[in-house]
Amino acid sequence: MSELLLPPEHRYAKIIKERHNEDGSELSILNLGPTHPATHGIFQNILLMDGERILEAEPTIGYIHRAFEKIAENRPFYQITPLTDRMNYCSSPINNMGWWMTIEKTLGIEVPKRAQYLRVIVMELARISDHLICNSILGVDTGAYTGFLYVMQFREKIYEIYEEICGARLTTNMGRMGGFERDWSPEAFRKLDAFLEEFPAVWKEFENLFVRNRIFIDRTVNVGAITAEKALAYGFTGPNLRAAGVDYDVRVAQPYSSYEDFDFIVPVGKSGDTYDRFCVRNAEVWESLSIIRQALNKMPEGNDYHADVPEYYLPPKEDVYNSMESLIYHFKIVMGEVPVPVGEVYHPVEGANGEIGFYLVTDGSRTPYRLHFRRPCFIFYQAYPEMIKGAMLSDAIVILSSLNVIAGELDA
Amino acid sequence: MALETTEIQERLIENFGSKISNFDQSKDIFTFEVDSDINTAVILFLKNDSIFRFHFLTDLCGIHYPDNEENRQFAVVYHLHNWYENKRIRIKSFLNGSNPEIKSLSNIFLSANWMERETYDFFGINFTGHPQLKRILNMDEMISFPMRKEFPMEDSGRTDKDDRYFGRTTTNQPIVK
Repeated sequence: MSELLLPPEHRYAKIIKERHNEDGSELSILNLGPTHPATHGIFQNILLMDGERILEAEPTIGYIHRAFEKIAENRPFYQITPLTDRMNYCSSPINNMGWWMTIEKTLGIEVPKRAQYLRVIVMELARISDHLICNSILGVDTGAYTGFLYVMQFREKIYEIYEEICGARLTTNMGRMGGFERDWSPEAFRKLDAFLEEFPAVWKEFENLFVRNRIFIDRTVNVGAITAEKALAYGFTGPNLRAAGVDYDVRVAQPYSSYEDFDFIVPVGKSGDTYDRFCVRNAEVWESLSIIRQALNKMPEGNDYHADVPEYYLPPKEDVYNSMESLIYHFKIVMGEVPVPVGEVYHPVEGANGEIGFYLVTDGSRTPYRLHFRRPCFIFYQAYPEMIKGAMLSDAIVILSSLNVIAGELDA
Repeated sequence: MALETTEIQERLIENFGSKISNFDQSKDIFTFEVDSDINTAVILFLKNDSIFRFHFLTDLCGIHYPDNEENRQFAVVYHLHNWYENKRIRIKSFLNGSNPEIKSLSNIFLSANWMERETYDFFGINFTGHPQLKRILNMDEMISFPMRKEFPMEDSGRTDKDDRYFGRTTTNQPIVK
């Protein structure tokens, strides 16, 4: 069987040949993925198994590599957001906002307070929808389908809010340089209020289903544990690192978009196992809800939703048709004749699964000279073979979903 | 912020002399250049020194500058982060255009392993001492390095995207393919 999967010169084939168990049993090879319903994405791992136990794993990535960095070098700045959507597609608004903030840093654009608060709200909604998916899928992998179906309807409600803001649901392409493309409609705020009203009770129920659930605890405690030192060495960030007990959060360390105005705690775990990762995400959802409420309460008066930067912000269509100045700006923006300072910036934001960084090198032209995405998944997924070593096959599935590795971000 | 950039600069010059150059604090992150032959020594020093403590490798990537002189056509960019003082630095090492080669960081930071493989995959930069330097996102059979500037974004043989079809060129030459 194993000859069919691997060439005879493969390392594992050699190990199998040389290893002789006393009871006459043999090691085997299992090809987990690339497409398998339990891996929630395109991940291939060649596993060397002793019965149900994993001895070694060899991951292969790149199945959905779409060369975003190369494409970005050939796109004007405002056409790069759709690329960022497709990285962590469970929380695209965070990527979008991170990208806009990177350009704003390059151009030195000051975003009005109200637009910053709106950004915070939408980023926290994205975080909730991401954690909601991750935690409920972790439930599915341990055998609890109900919770997933139950909270999924609230992701739908979040997507309806996105729809009110930008018209799209999954790949949002939200915002512009300096703010949003339009002000949020009263309907968006109404839906947001309804969400804040209904969701906490449901999330509490979901939490009660899992946190003290005997089956769930048995499946997750001490599964896929990683120490803080190891996690740091492997470049972990986000909830996965905080579950190991390190309280690093970009929102606190380097506040962007006025995060310093809000009170929230950074939940940390202790053992870095699957259960702690679940609990950290669970607690972060409560903090996100609190941040959204604070942002709504503190929302500055007025209706600023973008910065006053006519060189970079597309004017409204009726002005383009009726005023010369707007027509000129419209033309210049679309044709890419706007000046961009030469330089390099790195802007990190706290994504749903770690620090998403945008390293942008500009040479003054309409496209980036080089754009590198620091994708948290790509960096911490290399710890996966080590985390599943010695675990059961079923644990490997649980560990993978608890790490919240998103294939789109992994492969970019 | 306790860790000042001038302090970093002085301490580095004290230890490595002229091999570290082009200090720049004009924008965003404190940046400097390190000669490619001492990159591991500098980064190890920055990581283990009791004052610096740059213990986290945030990012590692390559840049291609085909228009530069021969010895500066590739750059490897490291972003390090000290969480105790919340200080970031960016280190650049320029490499030779025809034989880009630099020492691997994979013994210092485990996370550098895949980031270096990615950089190798896209730029063909050779990281000596890397345990498993092979392609990671592209297929193994690929022979070119796609993030180099000379690599075209699209297949140059495409005929359906001729500029003349879209009125983007003023010349009225007949379309010959």
